[in-house]
Amino acid sequence: MDFTFNEDQLLFQESVREFLGNEITPERLRAAWDTDTGRDPALWTQLAELGLAGLTVPEEHGGLGMNALDFVLLAQECGYVALAEPLVNHALAGVPLLQDLGGALAEAWLPKAATGEARIIAALEQNLLVEDAHVADLLLLERAGQWYALTQGEFSLQHNASVDPSRRLFTVTVNDAVQPVASGDQARRLRLATLNRGALGCAAQALGLAQRMVDMSVLYTSDRQQFGKPIGSFQAVKHHLANVAVRLEYAKAPVHRAAYAVAEDAAGAGQAVSQAKLMACEAAGLAAKNSIQVHGAMGYTWEVDLHIFMKKAWALANTWGDAGFHKQQVAGHIFADDAVLGAGATFQ
Amino acid sequence: MNLQYTAQQQAFRLEVREWLAGHVPAQPLASFDTAEGFQQHRDWEVILNQGRWGMVTWPEALGGRGCDLIEWLIFEEEYYRARAPQRVNQNGIFLLGPTLMEYGTEEQRARFLPAMAEGRDIWAQGWSEPNAGSDMAAIRSRADHQGDKYIINGQKTWSTRAVWADWLFGMFRTDPESERHRGLTFILVPLNSPGITVRPIPQLDGLPGFAEIFFDNVEVDVSNRLGDEGAGWAVAMATAGFERGLMLRSPARFQETARRLIELYRANETTASADPAVKEAVIRAYLDAESYCLSTYQTACRLTQGGKIGAESSTNKIFWSELDQNMHATAMSILGARAELLPHAPAAQGVGSWLDGFLFSQSGPIYAGTNEIQRNIIAERMLGMPR
Repeated sequence: MDFTFNEDQLLFQESVREFLGNEITPERLRAAWDTDTGRDPALWTQLAELGLAGLTVPEEHGGLGMNALDFVLLAQECGYVALAEPLVNHALAGVPLLQDLGGALAEAWLPKAATGEARIIAALEQNLLVEDAHVADLLLLERAGQWYALTQGEFSLQHNASVDPSRRLFTVTVNDAVQPVASGDQARRLRLATLNRGALGCAAQALGLAQRMVDMSVLYTSDRQQFGKPIGSFQAVKHHLANVAVRLEYAKAPVHRAAYAVAEDAAGAGQAVSQAKLMACEAAGLAAKNSIQVHGAMGYTWEVDLHIFMKKAWALANTWGDAGFHKQQVAGHIFADDAVLGAGATFQ
Repeated sequence: MNLQYTAQQQAFRLEVREWLAGHVPAQPLASFDTAEGFQQHRDWEVILNQGRWGMVTWPEALGGRGCDLIEWLIFEEEYYRARAPQRVNQNGIFLLGPTLMEYGTEEQRARFLPAMAEGRDIWAQGWSEPNAGSDMAAIRSRADHQGDKYIINGQKTWSTRAVWADWLFGMFRTDPESERHRGLTFILVPLNSPGITVRPIPQLDGLPGFAEIFFDNVEVDVSNRLGDEGAGWAVAMATAGFERGLMLRSPARFQETARRLIELYRANETTASADPAVKEAVIRAYLDAESYCLSTYQTACRLTQGGKIGAESSTNKIFWSELDQNMHATAMSILGARAELLPHAPAAQGVGSWLDGFLFSQSGPIYAGTNEIQRNIIAERMLGMPR
């Protein structure tokens, strides 16, 4: 039993944190809002140069051959800066799905994924609105129980504006002539695996977002003075943020366990992911609610950066399975006749 | 990361399970807040100790097994699964024991630890006073150093299990000129000392689970002082640290409550499902209990690898106490009109011990440092907010 990350994983997190912290400022995020794609090609190139695009690509295809457990701490860091580039989907969902599909498709695309030349985006039936379909070099799309591997030109897009200017959402129509690459049982298995990976990505980012909102709120309330002292010295304000810290603290281990289960392809991975996503998105939701409260009217403005992180947290709660979906998954497990529950059951 | 138990850990689990299966009393013991139940629980501590299961994390020389934190968690899981009796000496074994190991002299360790382990000495706490609750530095009970004695005068209150306990550990003001947390000393006091009056205080359930203690020129030998004179605050912080930290409330306790809550919901689903919020609360209970377990394992693994427990451990007490309250409130909702019934009421079949647990859960956010104090600690020490 070893529930810790190894030194390499922690060092990688540290260096990615430093890079993202320096590069992805709120100003840079805002600058991308006004562009056509909302994406920042120079930033994607930088991420690829760091090896992040190829992190989960097998070594024989030019990647680093890492897995969800190696990536989860990095996904947290992506959440912390509200990264808009589709790195988490690409590395955690798209690339592993491409590997699962295998064959000539994988042979052709994995090397390009490794260098970042190709962005691989995965989307489930559940993802009615597909994020970043417009910048996908290869879109792996589940529709009507079948998987399609689509390049630009093989589908048409309708943009749906989000309240979060960083999020670019599309309804996707697949051209009639395109044939599926997986169907039947295989498609179902791929859906379950991809759902786990995508939802894990949301959960990990939610942890980072929650931490960012707490950090911003601590800074703001330590600085802002009323009644002759920093508002952060008042218990009513302190307790708002302490409540977030408590929920956030207990959301971390479930996300890390889920990453382990996904990486190991464990039988209970679906359960672990549902629990992780519920805990993490709830913590991020509470972080948003209490952070805007302690920011006062400033938190309700476009100018103050808090909304960048709040809006992403709100959105992530409802993608890759909303709370209702994941609670149904948990309920299915705990109310089953053969459920193994209670003390000692967690790791069995 | 490897979330599988080792063969050794699995063998340990089986050994615990087997022993408990052969020794846990078939009938639940009476409440340890009764004279009869207290004795029954004391007897159980003797049996546990004979099997060397009393304090598995203690060194072997002191009757323990030198277990690491993961083995301790496994032991606790089996203990709660087996519905073994509650630990009447938890103040001693979980709080004072580790403090003695850190601050006690060799003579003190030899004198107190085995007796604690063997169930001979049951310990009560002596922190709170009528005017020193959350503000513990306001302690006024005095211990005047005269020759090789301390002469203690004053009053302690809310002292859990002091009605039948043998010893009390607590803090007293040894420097009458001192203020706040200076000049306090940590002293171990035999509760049968002349000059001590213990006045039971009935709790919500009507039983005297705690007591007021009056000290009238009580003489205590100086050798009963733990740590240096005037250094009591630091010793007490170590004790409070253990309390808020991992040891006091292991995840197994709440996971078993969550499991029983799921069973209760299923057994009463026809009526309980009328309120959709109840099902939601059951799901949440499970999620939170599991998260508490996962988080505790993660911390335990970090600690066994040499990491230090940080300010984030202050989140622990809020999390489990609110979880416990929520789970029991949910059980009350499921039981509906029967929830308020005492166990001997004719219509009380199937209500189990939920009412008892519900009442006790109300104390969780209060004892061991109120949750408001915990929130201040989190805000100031973990988040770095201004004082």
